[in-house]
Amino acid sequence: MTVFRRLLAGLSTLVLPAYGLAAEYNLTVDRVTIDTGDFVKEGIGYNGASPGPVLRFKEGENVTINVTNNLDEMTSVHWHGLILPFTQDGVPGVSYPGIRPGETFTYQFPIVQSGTYWFHSHSGFQEPNGAYGAIVIEPRDADPVAFDREYVVQLTDKHPHDGDRIMRNLKMMPDYYNRQQLTVGDFVSEARDRGFWATMKDRMMWGDMRMMKADVEDVQGFTGLINGHGPAQNWTGLFRPGERVRLRFINSSAMTYFDVRIPGLTLTVVEADGNRVRPVPVDEFRIGVAETYDVIVEPRDDRAYTIFAESMGRSGYARGTLATRAGQTAPVPDRRPPSYLTMADMSGMPGMDHGDMGHGDMNHDDMGHGAAAMDHSEMAHGEMSHGNMAMDHADQASDDGAMDHGAMAHGEMNHGAASHEAMGHDQMAPMATADMSEHDAVPAGHAVGRHRAMAARTDDAAMSHAGTAPQGREHNPFYARGSGLTPEAANGGRFLSYADLRAAQPLYPERAPTREIELRLTGNMERYSWSINGVKFEDADPIRLQYGERVRFKFVNETMMTHPMHLHGMWSILDVGAGQWNPIKHVVSVQPGTTVYMETEVDAPGQWAFHCHLSYHAASGMFRKVVVEGGPDTAVGTTPVQGGDA
Amino acid sequence: MSPVVAAEPDPHTARYFWGIQFEEFEYRYSDSDEEVASWDGDAFYGTDELKLRWLGKGEYGIDERAYETLENQLVLQTPISDFFDAKAGVRVDTPEGPDRTYGVLGIAGLAPYWFEIDASLYFGEGGQAMTELDVEYEWLLTNRWIVNMGLDATYAFSEDRAIGIGRGLSSTELGLRLSYDLIDRTLSPYVGVVHEKAYGDTRDLAREDAESTEEWYAVAGVRWMF
Ligand SMILES: [Cu+2]
Repeated sequence: MTVFRRLLAGLSTLVLPAYGLAAEYNLTVDRVTIDTGDFVKEGIGYNGASPGPVLRFKEGENVTINVTNNLDEMTSVHWHGLILPFTQDGVPGVSYPGIRPGETFTYQFPIVQSGTYWFHSHSGFQEPNGAYGAIVIEPRDADPVAFDREYVVQLTDKHPHDGDRIMRNLKMMPDYYNRQQLTVGDFVSEARDRGFWATMKDRMMWGDMRMMKADVEDVQGFTGLINGHGPAQNWTGLFRPGERVRLRFINSSAMTYFDVRIPGLTLTVVEADGNRVRPVPVDEFRIGVAETYDVIVEPRDDRAYTIFAESMGRSGYARGTLATRAGQTAPVPDRRPPSYLTMADMSGMPGMDHGDMGHGDMNHDDMGHGAAAMDHSEMAHGEMSHGNMAMDHADQASDDGAMDHGAMAHGEMNHGAASHEAMGHDQMAPMATADMSEHDAVPAGHAVGRHRAMAARTDDAAMSHAGTAPQGREHNPFYARGSGLTPEAANGGRFLSYADLRAAQPLYPERAPTREIELRLTGNMERYSWSINGVKFEDADPIRLQYGERVRFKFVNETMMTHPMHLHGMWSILDVGAGQWNPIKHVVSVQPGTTVYMETEVDAPGQWAFHCHLSYHAASGMFRKVVVEGGPDTAVGTTPVQGGDA
Repeated sequence: MSPVVAAEPDPHTARYFWGIQFEEFEYRYSDSDEEVASWDGDAFYGTDELKLRWLGKGEYGIDERAYETLENQLVLQTPISDFFDAKAGVRVDTPEGPDRTYGVLGIAGLAPYWFEIDASLYFGEGGQAMTELDVEYEWLLTNRWIVNMGLDATYAFSEDRAIGIGRGLSSTELGLRLSYDLIDRTLSPYVGVVHEKAYGDTRDLAREDAESTEEWYAVAGVRWMF
């Protein structure tokens, strides 16, 4: 299977005609009217509607898709998550020039995978304006996931302003759309609970840094849609009690992460980003921008169930219904209170070494995370940069024994000296991804792979820290410890974490990465400018990869926002510490204050886009071109390639 | 495999931006029954790295049908730190009476604790020099009801009798406005009070001309942004 896929990717044009089916599809790109129930808006759609049609392909077929541009501006269609020749990937200026007004562009590529994906425009802000649709690919052989019926559940965050207007407003005033800022009233009620000075100190600390605890969702004011229907329009999928229903969730939002639940039902996650995972039953999951998750639900009662997708910052929601007859509804839950960032979310920030922070005044309790919640693995993410304000060692007696103070040097820490390099952060970072205590459901074979990951770049001191970390299974290692964004299930049950994901079958034989590329996710919220390694797309050189190498990407989030990073053309193998069972994705969300690793088998020659999938972050610079040099003939194989920087 | 793609204008990066904003656009009624129309606005066009900005301020005496103050600045602005921009350009004052032209150097940005700062140094043709500091601060009563506090102070390094400016701290304007965001942030009506005061030599010059040296105003207006 694996070998076959790789063969297909490399030799598709030669192999496919021999066995492939061929199918032709037509898409037009049109001006459309979008009615969300809250407002009516001009937008862009496919075949006369937004969202566009659900394209159904079959693994192994050779598709021809004719895209006709009926707009008076350039357009493009990108097949999100599909593995295909780069000239068919649909990114203007990277893989092709784009599609001119009136022109029909014919895409032709083999379908070498199965699962749930989507397509969208990669031109300007056409995608936030409505140019998106779903892709469902049936596996070549019998689907290992059994289900009686299926629905695509495509989420988006439709805004009354169009994309250009939103971008311009954010540039004029970065908090233009933020209506969840802390008010005088919040101060008063907090002062009543925590005391005036504690609240004052908290506000002073954030004010000192010119950062807002409310910077969770920078574009609010949208209406959440499911398959184009607003909450009042209530998209409904029918079922018969006892059926296994497969819901293919796709987050096609411009900017919004959704926390999805269906009160009364357990969601069994069976696929992430189109790739099968070992089934994980959860009560709720967070779907990052551009991610897809397939879940199985088994509603047994003859009644309606609400699909409730609340935005991560709680400023909006999408709602649909599973029902046994049309018109049947179930109660719609209230939104939970807004979430706010904490100091833990700031921890990856070099801004923390501003000399003017006045840490003398800070004490740990003011920072919104209790001492009990801390352990050494927290430092793995780079929190050491504010170690002296975040930690109160007196409260940590139990951990102190295990702590190697010398190695961590926090006694001498000051913010200036606490840069990543100075902290030996590189050695410690893998704990973030290999936080062993958190993995309670370790599949067989996991231990080996995990060990490799740890041993490869973890020193003894760091190992011992991991060993002494508290066993709290509720901590999600993909969030900074104490993060204000850490999700919790509304019913107190299980919330899906990346750490729960295990590939159902590895796509690639396991091997050591040939090199590591560090990508710092950077930005300036006040100027609304976003970048990678401090450099915006327009000023950046491409990232150059060699065909045949296996690259380990290290993402260090130095901003206060979550970034869904999307590499085109090749898989992103997310390091959850499970070795060959690490899940295979096309979008990797990196939370504030964390470091996340993914590996990529560089098996697709050509030029590819690589960017944050938040539309206004990508547009203001968090974007790179990736050039894969060489090809099957000139593969570098497993020979390590030294160095490498973006 | 030829990884060559036709050069197209870059579709991924939004580079050029523009905006117009009137922080103050109001009617003032003084404690001495004087009526004034007053505004303070700016517009920009440019990139993250370089912007061309127009700043305009004025006071128009409704009874006298004359501009008491009328200043326009055109500056280029570029980032010098995470939170501050440097700016340089020209300022032309054309109220009733003598005109003045100044060179402008200044910084504008966000200071810790969310104070918006705009500080400028003006060099006149005749060798006059003065500095102006503008500080703004907002309190959010709710996410739509906002109290805005502004302080504007001018300090002159040299005297310019013809336009009534004496050496030293010459004037301050303190404003307190309560606004409501009616349409997004595009249109926010407000009411407030403004206190204007002259000091030192400037005050003495005003007295010689029988002008008021201290004034309280009730104001009503709209803040708008587009
Ligand atoms: Cu981003």
